[in-house]
Amino acid sequence: MLAYLLKRFLWMIPLLIGISLISFFIMHLAPGDITTSEASFNPKASEESRQKLRALYNLDKPVIVQYSLWVKRMATLDFGTSFASHQRPVFWQTKDKDGNITLGMIQEALPITLLINVLSLILIIIVALPLGVISALKQNQLADRSITLFVFIGFAIPGFWLALMLMYWTGVQHTWLPISGLESMGHENMSWLNQTCDTLKHLLLPVSISGLTGLAGISLFVRNGMLDVLHQDYITTARSKGLNETRVIYGHALRNALLPLITIFGLSIPGLIGGSVIAESIFAIPGMGKLFYDAVLMRDFPVIMGILTIGALLTMIGNLIADVAYAWADPRVRRGVIK
Amino acid sequence: MINIRRYPLAIIGFIIIASILLLALIAPLIAPYDPNAINVKAILLSPNNSHFMGTDGLGRDVFSRMLYGSRISLMVGFVAVGIATVIGIILGAIAGFYRGWIDTLIMRLVDVMLSIPTFFLILAVIAFLTPSIWNIMIVIGLTSWMGVTRLVRAEFLSLRHREFVLAAQALGAKDMRLIFTHLLPNSLTPIIVSSILGIASAVLVESGLSFLGLGVQAPQASWGNILTDGKEYIQFAWWLSLFPGLAILITVLGYNLLGDGLRDAYNPRSSKN
Repeated sequence: MLAYLLKRFLWMIPLLIGISLISFFIMHLAPGDITTSEASFNPKASEESRQKLRALYNLDKPVIVQYSLWVKRMATLDFGTSFASHQRPVFWQTKDKDGNITLGMIQEALPITLLINVLSLILIIIVALPLGVISALKQNQLADRSITLFVFIGFAIPGFWLALMLMYWTGVQHTWLPISGLESMGHENMSWLNQTCDTLKHLLLPVSISGLTGLAGISLFVRNGMLDVLHQDYITTARSKGLNETRVIYGHALRNALLPLITIFGLSIPGLIGGSVIAESIFAIPGMGKLFYDAVLMRDFPVIMGILTIGALLTMIGNLIADVAYAWADPRVRRGVIK
Repeated sequence: MINIRRYPLAIIGFIIIASILLLALIAPLIAPYDPNAINVKAILLSPNNSHFMGTDGLGRDVFSRMLYGSRISLMVGFVAVGIATVIGIILGAIAGFYRGWIDTLIMRLVDVMLSIPTFFLILAVIAFLTPSIWNIMIVIGLTSWMGVTRLVRAEFLSLRHREFVLAAQALGAKDMRLIFTHLLPNSLTPIIVSSILGIASAVLVESGLSFLGLGVQAPQASWGNILTDGKEYIQFAWWLSLFPGLAILITVLGYNLLGDGLRDAYNPRSSKN
């Protein structure tokens, strides 16, 4: 296990180098340098803000120096201060000389996005697992066919459209649920129980939307995994030695069918984080996605580069956790029998 | 030959895509109004006899805009996936054919690209460029070639040492000939299937970007930016949200059904029967 972990950690080094190169490349994508391109479609960009950009990314220095300074920024997670939001630090809080703390923008937004994503992962597990198992056990029967239809529609439905429709139906037509933000008016004066209920109510729609789009894939995955496993020799063995069907399915088949799911969850992290842009901007939730969207609209480059990098790091960490969990769950992986 | 009638879902998918293609082609002939013609006397009319899908906040005919929007969807899907597929084939072929350090390099690049949230990557690039339909197509293409690369590489790895390839090589075929006349044609089916599924997700990404105002720019109509108006007027004009959403849903469904059906038809082992 230790050898596997060490290998897995070392493997992150080329990945980090690659991420730094790609983000550096994106910064230099604009024709000329980003200072002039910003000016070209934003006539109000003053000479001063151009100078700030130039100083921030050291654009007057040779490319190799610029790159090494960018790597240094990444390594210390120092992404500078925002252009648009009164010089707030992009990533983490800073203290000025009077001891006043200014919270970082990502620092504030990240927990919200993580909460939504964890909740929607839980929703996916609760709903997709039974759907996939039922679909596999009732193969080609009515239940399976309806679930497959649901899966196809789930793949095809644009999340933001579903969000709009649900918002209209539950928020505008019936006023059952709040449709924007995370807190109602007067949230500060509620008891903690009411506060929790209030926040959960606000989260219900966004979490359902971001969960629903992932649901289809996972339930299809569980179905196909179950079907594969059910035809394995050890299932036949389990049946022929007289185990009852419940033990065979839940004790033997499901446990093995679920193994690859760990990897799938790891792989779905970038999609979930990226997908938060649309959900959060529709429901006006102050998470990473909304922050990123606003930054793109205002061309707040320090925030864009900060979130891009943090998003990539999060994905890497998610994949690392998934791989380690897989190795922990499946001895064949940690002993290097299968890859 | 494959009995196509055994795959009814693929046929449904094909019919959906073919009809949308046809509608997009003949859009100028059947559109009842100029899609960009503003008419202040007909603002936010609900669906009626002269405006089959109603009108939007500027009095433009939604049905005409939907027809022209289908052209955008199709074009973005085809061009973006075309770019991704070409990149994927080239990189995958190099990696799978030559192996060694170049294979490692390409595969690490794939890993890096996969670890950056795609939608963030696309938005970041658009922030540094200007949003326009061409930039959207290029950016979606440049951020979605990783799947094809892995696929082509895997196909090449499994075909590289088959007898027919070794025989061709023994007869003196050059690398290029091996790649283009022996390996690539035999890997074509999975590439086509993944391209069709790729178009489906490109359509979704484009509509999402246009919805956020970072894709196709007004006044040019796209299903995504009609929905942006729909959000604006959601309390009084349901038709502005309903029709473009349904159009995206049906189009993406069509591509998915077609792609999935083709995969089952050519690879009966993956079929669930």
